[in-house]
Amino acid sequence: MIPSVAPAPVAADAEDTATNAVTDTTAGARPGRRPRTAFAGLFSRRLSARRLVASPGAVAGITWLVALVVASLTAPWWLPYKTEDQDFTAVLSGPTAAHWLGTDELGRDLLSRICAAAAGTLGTSLITVIVGVGLGTILAMVAAAGVRTEGVISRATEIMMSLPGTVIILAVIGAVGTNIPVIMAILGVLISAGIYRVMLGQATALQSQLYVDAAKVDGVSALGISMRHVLPGLSNTIVVQSALIFAVGMLIQAGLAFIGFGPPIPQPSWGGMIQGASQHVYDAPWLMVPTGAVLALTVLAANAIGNALGKSPNASASHLPSAAERRRRAAASAVASPEAPAVPSPSGRLSVRGLSVGVDGGTPLVTDVSFDVGQGTVLGLVGESGCGKTMTALSLLGLLPSGVAVTGGQILWDGRNLAGAPEGVMEGVRGRDIALISQEPMRALDPMFTVGYQLVSTVRRLRGIGKAEARAEALGLLEKVGIVDAARILRTYPHQISGGMAQRVAIALALSGRPRLLVADEPTTALDVTVQAEILSLLRTLVKDTGLSVVMVTHDLGVVADICDTVAVMYAGQVVESGRTANILDNPRHPYTLALLAADPHANTAADMPERLATINGQVPQPKDWPGGCRFMARCQFAGSACVAPVPLVPSGSDDGVVRCVKADELAVEGLEWVATDVPGHRVLDVRSGDIPSGDIPSGDMRSRDNVERDKA
Amino acid sequence: MSVETAARQDETVPAPGQPLLDVADLVVRYGRGRKAAAAPAAVDGVSFSIRPGETVGLVGESGSGKSTIGKAILGLEKCSGGSIRYNGTDVTHASAARRRELGGELRAVFQDPNSSLNPRQTIGASLAEPLRIRGVAAGEARQRAEDMLVRVGLPREAVDRYPGQFSGGQRQRIAVARALICEPRLVVCDEAVSALDLSTQAQVLNLLADLRDERGLSYLFIAHDISVVQFLAQRVVVLYRGQVMESGPAAAVTESPHHPFTQALVAASPVPRPAEQAERRQKREALGVRTAAAAAAAPGGCPFSQRCPLATDLCRTERPVLRTVGASAVACHYA
Repeated sequence: MIPSVAPAPVAADAEDTATNAVTDTTAGARPGRRPRTAFAGLFSRRLSARRLVASPGAVAGITWLVALVVASLTAPWWLPYKTEDQDFTAVLSGPTAAHWLGTDELGRDLLSRICAAAAGTLGTSLITVIVGVGLGTILAMVAAAGVRTEGVISRATEIMMSLPGTVIILAVIGAVGTNIPVIMAILGVLISAGIYRVMLGQATALQSQLYVDAAKVDGVSALGISMRHVLPGLSNTIVVQSALIFAVGMLIQAGLAFIGFGPPIPQPSWGGMIQGASQHVYDAPWLMVPTGAVLALTVLAANAIGNALGKSPNASASHLPSAAERRRRAAASAVASPEAPAVPSPSGRLSVRGLSVGVDGGTPLVTDVSFDVGQGTVLGLVGESGCGKTMTALSLLGLLPSGVAVTGGQILWDGRNLAGAPEGVMEGVRGRDIALISQEPMRALDPMFTVGYQLVSTVRRLRGIGKAEARAEALGLLEKVGIVDAARILRTYPHQISGGMAQRVAIALALSGRPRLLVADEPTTALDVTVQAEILSLLRTLVKDTGLSVVMVTHDLGVVADICDTVAVMYAGQVVESGRTANILDNPRHPYTLALLAADPHANTAADMPERLATINGQVPQPKDWPGGCRFMARCQFAGSACVAPVPLVPSGSDDGVVRCVKADELAVEGLEWVATDVPGHRVLDVRSGDIPSGDIPSGDMRSRDNVERDKA
Repeated sequence: MSVETAARQDETVPAPGQPLLDVADLVVRYGRGRKAAAAPAAVDGVSFSIRPGETVGLVGESGSGKSTIGKAILGLEKCSGGSIRYNGTDVTHASAARRRELGGELRAVFQDPNSSLNPRQTIGASLAEPLRIRGVAAGEARQRAEDMLVRVGLPREAVDRYPGQFSGGQRQRIAVARALICEPRLVVCDEAVSALDLSTQAQVLNLLADLRDERGLSYLFIAHDISVVQFLAQRVVVLYRGQVMESGPAAAVTESPHHPFTQALVAASPVPRPAEQAERRQKREALGVRTAAAAAAAPGGCPFSQRCPLATDLCRTERPVLRTVGASAVACHYA
């Protein structure tokens, strides 16, 4: 049997029968029914052969094991010697034409004996795998299903792990003799305690998934949940552990044979052969080589397969680009950005001109975005997810995720163009001139250190001041962000404070380098509304008192109304409308802004709540699907033939506002409203099927982009 | 609702006007043993009821126990006290088998569309699961899954795809389809739209409203956002630290809140009209509600007393009971 493949079918069979049992007991016996759906493609899909084939080590490993098994099973037909044939003319010979790998002290052919022993060794090692991994997995699944059983099983496995394994194995040998399958099964039981530990954490995590709750609400039994929702999630670990335990089993078996507890004497075993060779290590050193090499190679093969299966597909993709990668990218984008002379912008003023951000492959994520943030003002970047607002914000800090870069345009700050600036320049700017607060305050704080340590060390790094002075400064910062008992908070760890408090600390951390511009990426989205209101008040006070400028990324129009002086509405990587907040929200000129406002339940009070909210059909197109003309056209209630051509930003007529819509003027004159679809859903669905467009279900690469965007958040 | 305690006395005969779901004095404590008894309960004496075809909104901050109440109703969390009656039957400590029978009538839509569907199962398998364990044949289950997908606005072919191939809004529609596939009477929506973008949120809210009107469903709509709740709910229950602060008709609670916490909650929800929002902000600041960080648990008294601008010694020592004020029931000494 081939270890890499063997566990999978075995396990799959076990599951199939088990699931049959489960569904039959819960729903009554219905013969001939196969739970096709639950496991179809489980192993083939998750543990795709691709991952194995992609690793040269695994390919070599599989080849070796297959060759060994085939050679072993077909040995009687092709080997010139039987295992017991003694050739006294060539005792302890090296490799010769007659004996390719030489002979042992009785003149027996080594090749024949190695091959004959292979099937037995591999087969019995498989027993350890099946017993150890099987038992460990079952125990873990049972334990994860209930708190009480978990206690019992965990104590039992702890006792098992404290038992001296070697002594038990030797005791078993004393009791039942050298019955290799029994010994290997006992070994499996001993190993299962360790496997249980590995599996338990994963199984518990899977049990806490919402889809397990959903299944419980469905009335799926505990066994059904374990088999259908937990086991598939463990399959990867099961296969990896199997490969590794297989190697361990082989080594232990060889070790036992070496000390004389192998198969009965004339029968060949690798351990026994190595033991024999060890007695001739001075007069016939070669004898050790073939058996030792075969054993070592087989263990290596199993480990290589385990490694290949265990490697997470994204293990190498790091969150942030490496320094070299950033330098390379900076150089590339410096070339890409037009070498227009940087217009000296007044101090404390950010001016973004024609900014484009794209994936290295060429797909644009943000195109031609321009906006200005004056000193002491707040700009809102608003739009749905996938509109590029976070990418725009991160490019201001040079923190774009790996594989994404500024491809054009300028980010003018203090007369410098930060678009494509070298990492060294950005390091001087980040934290000192421009700081970031993120959506998840807990992510900004290291759980291993106290708030005080993090704040003081940041202050010291950014301002180059002494420890005592920095501590006083940290206290001052916490008081500045409205924390009353600052001294106590300094001593706490991040997990000891609430989300709202953590966001205040994160803001204090961002302020520690006395930045003049704060990039806030959905800073209140994860907070309660009451806490959100407090954080917004705090930001407003900071802006008013210190002249701080803020770029506020948000999807909440209420937040925009509350704090932003100006707003840029983004859709599909473009600014579709920008200007003063009051103008945009009270008198939107772009249909997308109009639609967002109509869809917002906050825009209505309970008294005048419409029966149906207005919706925007479909979803934000993926960057690869952006049309050449208006990107909102496909979802727009007012779209016409004029929308097919590229639409420029034109002045909207109110203050310095701009809008990207050919019909803006027309719409303004007619005072059109984004109407709610007042037909009950099921009657418009056929029309709406453009909504979930066939084949427009996002493909893999697009999802990975989504991930990129989520990761960086 | 606790104001209707009298209606609850009738234990045996399901009367025509009786509530579909009746939660009385529900208490849920986390953990076991002495430590749990010492800690404040996650849900502390909550009572409310849902009539057939009615939507009740459960609003509160994080940690207010609103999700815990949903879980207790669904049998996912053990109740430490009080009772939950569904359609006249006590299901507070219902066995797994009894729950399974109810499972078809009592369904749930969870918050996170990314983890409420098993990523390793096809949509069809996820949708068919509740039907299959009720003995529906595979072919029919698949047919019904396809019909349900079409009903929530997805193509039939989606039945053979995996959750990873859908966007958040689409996945939430699938979760709605999964909840509705076995003709439920009550659906617990736990933050069902809070992870969605505005336009998708509106689509899912409309879908929920349509399905309710079509099938006479009842919803327990749990959300932190009172504006979202008031779109669907006829009645709203406001929770703070596991206790009901105020409950009543949605319009009354959101337009003229009586409890200082409800007032703070409503005032903190920003509206997308700058001039009006500026006014609301001033009103909110004038309320003088203290920040949550300064608040510690107040055993015995009103849970909100530490943050309340109106709090007196009475509030700190005596827990206010719900009493009728206007159209609502309010737990405040000074409402």
